[in-house]
Amino acid sequence: MSEEGTRVSRRKLFGLAGAGVALAGAGAAAGIGIDKATSGNAEASVTTVDFHGEHQAGIVTPAQANLHFAALDVTTKDREKLRQLLKTWTDAARRMTAGQEVVPNGAVGSGDYAPPGDTGEALDLPASHLTLTIGFGPSLFDGRFGLAGKRPPQLIDLPLFPKDKLDPARGGGDLCIQACADDPQVAVHAVRNLVRLGFGVTEVRWSQLGFGRSSSTSREQQTPRNLFGFKDGTNNIKSEDTDFLRDQVWATAADGQAWMAGGSYLVARRIRMHIETWDRETLDGQQQIVGRTKGTGAPLGQTAEFDELDLDVGGAGGEPLIPADAHVRLASHQALNGVRILRRGYNFVDGSDGVGHLEAGLFFLAFNRDTRKQYVPMQQALSSKDAMMEYVQHTGSAHFAVPPGVSRTGYWGEGLFA
Amino acid sequence: MSVRKSPRTPLAVVAGAAALVALTACDSQGSTGNETAAAGGPIKVEATDTACTVSATTAGAGNVTFEITNKGTKVTEFYLYAEGDRIVGEVENIAPGLNRRLIVEVADAGKYQTACKPGMAGDGIRGEFTVTGGAAKQGDANAQKAQATKSYAGYVANNTAALEEETGKFVDLVKAGKVDEAKAAYARTRTYYERIEPVAEKFGDLDPAIDVREADLEPGQQFTGFHRLEKDLFVSGLQADSPQIADKLLTDVKDLVAKSKTFELTALDLANGAKGLLDEVATGKITGEEETFSHTDLWDFQANVDGSKGAITSLRPLLQERDAALVSTLDKEFANVQGLLDKTRAGEGFKLYNELSQDQVKEFASAVDALSEPLSKVAEVVSK
Ligand SMILES: [Cu+2]
Repeated sequence: MSEEGTRVSRRKLFGLAGAGVALAGAGAAAGIGIDKATSGNAEASVTTVDFHGEHQAGIVTPAQANLHFAALDVTTKDREKLRQLLKTWTDAARRMTAGQEVVPNGAVGSGDYAPPGDTGEALDLPASHLTLTIGFGPSLFDGRFGLAGKRPPQLIDLPLFPKDKLDPARGGGDLCIQACADDPQVAVHAVRNLVRLGFGVTEVRWSQLGFGRSSSTSREQQTPRNLFGFKDGTNNIKSEDTDFLRDQVWATAADGQAWMAGGSYLVARRIRMHIETWDRETLDGQQQIVGRTKGTGAPLGQTAEFDELDLDVGGAGGEPLIPADAHVRLASHQALNGVRILRRGYNFVDGSDGVGHLEAGLFFLAFNRDTRKQYVPMQQALSSKDAMMEYVQHTGSAHFAVPPGVSRTGYWGEGLFA
Repeated sequence: MSVRKSPRTPLAVVAGAAALVALTACDSQGSTGNETAAAGGPIKVEATDTACTVSATTAGAGNVTFEITNKGTKVTEFYLYAEGDRIVGEVENIAPGLNRRLIVEVADAGKYQTACKPGMAGDGIRGEFTVTGGAAKQGDANAQKAQATKSYAGYVANNTAALEEETGKFVDLVKAGKVDEAKAAYARTRTYYERIEPVAEKFGDLDPAIDVREADLEPGQQFTGFHRLEKDLFVSGLQADSPQIADKLLTDVKDLVAKSKTFELTALDLANGAKGLLDEVATGKITGEEETFSHTDLWDFQANVDGSKGAITSLRPLLQERDAALVSTLDKEFANVQGLLDKTRAGEGFKLYNELSQDQVKEFASAVDALSEPLSKVAEVVSK
C-alpha cells in the first residue's frame, strides 16, 4: 500500500489553514528531516519530524511547546497481543507524526454506521512537529511476557528520595507514551488514539498534560522560564552536543542489553511547586536559591546567561557567591563528577488544590544513559541539600527504558521480541 | 518541620550581583590616573608562580571585576582583602592555563590588597589596591533596629529556657516508660521549639537532629529527635533505643540553647524569620505533614504564629514609624488567624489535625495566605 496513493490527509483537506503556522515555525525546524510521504507538499512537510531513525524522535528533537504524557499498564498476559499492539501503534505513529489520520480517511470516511476510525479533533491541524516516543517500565520485565532476561540493569526501580511525597496514582507503568507537539490538541489526539487502539491490551494508569517547555534541547532555542520565573535549562545537553549525547544519553550494546543500543532511559517526575510561598520570597532570596539572576539568567557572579558557572568564586568573608545549597551548584556537572542529563520537562497547572493554591509545577522529563550513575546521584544531592526543596515537592515518579528508533519497516521495541 | 530558612547571606554581595549589569558601565567613574581600570573593563590579573601582576591598582567603588589568568605551573587562588585581611572576594582552584573571573561589590572607599596564592598556600603575593568614591556605610547601627534585636533576644531567651526545662521533663517521662504522660507532654514541649525555629535553623546540624521528619531523612541519616520519639510514643511503641534517642535529644537541645545565647541576629533576620514561620505553616502544617504520628499539628501552628508575632512585636516601633498601614494590616490578619485557631481549641490544647474538616483546612490556608502576604513585605521596610 502506497502512502501517497491512499493518503487523504487532514492536511490535504485542510492543510493550507496551517501553512502560516508552519512557515512561522520553519526557522526553529531547521535540521528536522522531511517526511518522505509528504515531500511533494512543501507547505505541509515543514511541520513534520521524521519518525524513523537510529534514535526515537522526541529526545533531541527541539522541544515542542506542548506535551501529553501517558503511562499505561498491560492488562493481558498474552505476549503476542502485546507484540501486535506495538506494531499497530508504530503504524499509527508513522501516520500521525506525518500529519495523517490514524487510519486512512478515518474521521469521516468509515461509513455512517460505525464509529469513526480517527477521533477527528486534529483534522484541520498541521502535523505540528508531533513526536511520539515510547518507553518500557521496569514492571514490564516481570514474568508475564517472558521478558525478565531482557531487563537492562540501568532500568532500576527508582529509589524513594528524601522529601518525596509520591502519589501512587501518579507513578509507575508498564509502558509510556510521550507525545510532544506545537499544538496541544495534536498531542492529545495522538495519545487518545493510541490509547484507543490499545483497549483490551493496555489501560492508562496515569497521565499528565504539560505546556511551556521548561528547557531547550537545541542551541537554536531560547532558554524558557519555569513557573518560578527562572531560566532553568541553560546547562542542558543540547542536540548539538554530539559528544555529550554519545557519552551521557545514548545506550550502547556494551551497556548490557543489545536491544537497547541507540535507546535511552527516561525519568519522569511530577514536581509540585509551592508557587504562593515562592512568590513571597524576596528577589534576593529567589536568586540565592536558584544560583542565577532572574533577569538575564547569568550565574551569580557572572554577567551573561551562558557564562560558565564558577563554583569557586567567593564574596565577602569568602562565602561562595553561589551558595552551597543553591540549585545550580548541586545540579551542576562540576559538582557531580561530570554527570549531565538531557532535560525535556514541561510546566503544568492542574487547576487548584482545594485550599486555594495552584496545583502547579514542573513535569520533569529527562533522558540519560545510566540512571544509576546520572539522575540518581543528582537527585540525591538535590533532595537532601537543595534550598529549593523548601518550595517544591516530588509527587510522581516513573522510569522507562526508551528503545532505539525504528526503521521504515520495523516496529517499536522489536528487539525485545527477537 | 525542619526546613532551612537560612538568611541568604551575604546580602550586600548578592545585591551586587543582581545590579551588575547596570553597574559595570560606571565602575570606575570618578577615578583618575592611567593605572585605573578602564570604564566597564575588567582588571586583568596575571598570576605566575612568583608574580601577581594587576593591570590597575585603583577602582571606583561599586562592582569591580578581576579577570585572572594563571600562567604559572601551580594551581592558584586570587583574593581581594580589606583592612585586617577581611576577605572581600576570592576565587579558588585556578588551574594552570585557566582564566577565571571575580566580580565583587566594594561599597567603601579605602585601602585594599590583592593577592595571588600559587600552590593555594601562605599569605600570597600581595599588592596595594585603592578604592575611590564609595557609598556611606549602612548597617544595623540604627537605634531602633538595635532595640528590636535586643527585645527579640529576650523573647528567644525565655523560650529556650522553657524548651530546655520542658524537654528535660519529657525525656524523663520517655525514659521512665510513662507513655501516656509523655504523649501528653509531647506537643507542649515542642511549642517552645517551634516558636524560635528560625533561630534553631541557624545552627546547621542541630535543627535536623532535633526536628527531622522521617519522610525527609537522607540516605544514611539516623532518625532522631522529637519526631522519632513521636513515632515511638504514638505508633510503634517504645523501642530498645528510645532512651538513648531521648538522651541525645536533650543533649542537642542544651547545645542549641547554649549556642543561641551567643548568636547575634539582625533586624532583617527577624523580618525573614517572621515570614519563614508562616511559610512553614503554609507548606507543612496546612497539609498535616509535620506531626504524622500524633496529629498535633495545630500546637505547632499556634507556636509558629506566636513566634512570628514575637518577631513582629520586636520590630513594631520601627515598622510603625516607617509603614503604619502595614502594621495595622498585620494586626488584623494575625487576629484573623488567631480567631480560627481559637475555634479549634480543645481542653488545654487543640483538636487533632485529622479531626478538621476540609472546609476548616481551607479556611486556615486562606487566612495564612492573607497574613503571609503583608509579612513578606516587612523585610523590605526594615532594610530601607
Ligand atoms: Cu533544575
